[in-house]
Amino acid sequence: MLGKLLLNHYEAVAVILFGIGMTNLLMQRNLIKKIIGLNIMDTAVYLFLAAKGYVEGRAAPILIENGSGGWLTSSELYVNPVPAGLVLTGIVVSVSVTAFSLALALKLYENYGTLNIDEALLKMTEEQLELETTIENAEEDVLV
Amino acid sequence: MHRELKIVWKNFFNWVFGNGPRPENEVIPVEPPPDLPFTQKPKDKYSRFHEATLKERYEQWLEIHGLHIFAVLYSGLSILTCVVIVCLLLATVAELPPFGHERNPANNEVIRRYVEHGGHETGAQNIVAGLILDYRAFDTFGESAVLFTAAVSVLMMLGASRRNKIKNAPSLKSDGNFPRRESPFEEPILRGVASLSIPAILMLGCVVVINGHLTPGGGFSGGAILSTALILAANAYGFERVHEFFNERTFIISSSTALMIYALSKGYSFFTGANHFYSIIPKGTVGNILSAGLILPLNICVGLIVAGTLYTFYALFSKGDL
Repeated sequence: MLGKLLLNHYEAVAVILFGIGMTNLLMQRNLIKKIIGLNIMDTAVYLFLAAKGYVEGRAAPILIENGSGGWLTSSELYVNPVPAGLVLTGIVVSVSVTAFSLALALKLYENYGTLNIDEALLKMTEEQLELETTIENAEEDVLV
Repeated sequence: MHRELKIVWKNFFNWVFGNGPRPENEVIPVEPPPDLPFTQKPKDKYSRFHEATLKERYEQWLEIHGLHIFAVLYSGLSILTCVVIVCLLLATVAELPPFGHERNPANNEVIRRYVEHGGHETGAQNIVAGLILDYRAFDTFGESAVLFTAAVSVLMMLGASRRNKIKNAPSLKSDGNFPRRESPFEEPILRGVASLSIPAILMLGCVVVINGHLTPGGGFSGGAILSTALILAANAYGFERVHEFFNERTFIISSSTALMIYALSKGYSFFTGANHFYSIIPKGTVGNILSAGLILPLNICVGLIVAGTLYTFYALFSKGDL
């Protein structure tokens, strides 16, 4: 298995990078660091796709002139063009998701004054309890 | 024997549910009446010795140790999850076909078709551009729409709260930890470098967008380069100067116009091209600037959307308004 992994070392590194990003996403308590972990996972997927599209000894998929005004269109000359398009989709979606989640983190910071998710949750529960007690008091006042 | 078992069971029952037999030396604590307004009744207190039930003891223990235990469990489980996933993926990678081999199953007849017929079917020298803006143009349309939607949602989320300020919300501008720059750097070096490099960056961005069907690049990369010129201008000359020609209104109008042009022209092209109808869009000769049918205008549309969106993100996150 190790020999096969060495043969596919780009994909193996991409998978390990994916694991690093996922650990970051799960373990960090700071929201910005969580988003950075998500971006590391995205990058690992791009590396994997680009590695799957590569063919040894072939050129980038841009047609080469054949010297007499025509184009060399043999598929033996160019690498796989499909992963490039897929990576483009991935990049665009990752930029959108990152911007949206950063905006959400900014709103959280504005409301609770912290980016740490535990502290924010604690403040949220405290607010909820305060709200409940005020509602109970109001109900008791009304009943009396 | 039977009797002893019964006693043991009774003790265990009392241990679990509380309310054991009253001990001989029990002292009933006399609670002082709490100071309450006469409208509220004091809550019923336990009038006799109350032994905590197992549930209550568990809840008490949980209150003291729960958070710590949760943290330990959480980190342990997340490390375990990650290790398991990475091991599974590595085992899968080991079974994949070798890296860069030309007989891999990914290099199948789809790729042969794209490479051999892409040139004369789309008219694009850059096969990737022909792939993403002709064969799979609706995919790219979806990407542009996703980018536009993200920009609009961030605009709604960050722009709205700044316009009508929420009371008591800590303002980012007054926070000492994150000093926010209200005015641009009044620095001659930055302004000189910006005035020299902004035209060059704009020209490079336009070249990358317009040559998208001939060379590597296209709407997405060219739009990103154009947005860096806008961001540099905003930093050197201030957001007000950029606001004069690029504001929220300009962004919405240019992006939605570009998306509409994209959708309508590509809808026409798909309808006619895929059904072998007569199409008014010429393919041109491969390798010329004015060739490849719709790819050049579509690249310009995508470039406009990307440049506007990336500058919008920057402006919203740095000053909170476009």
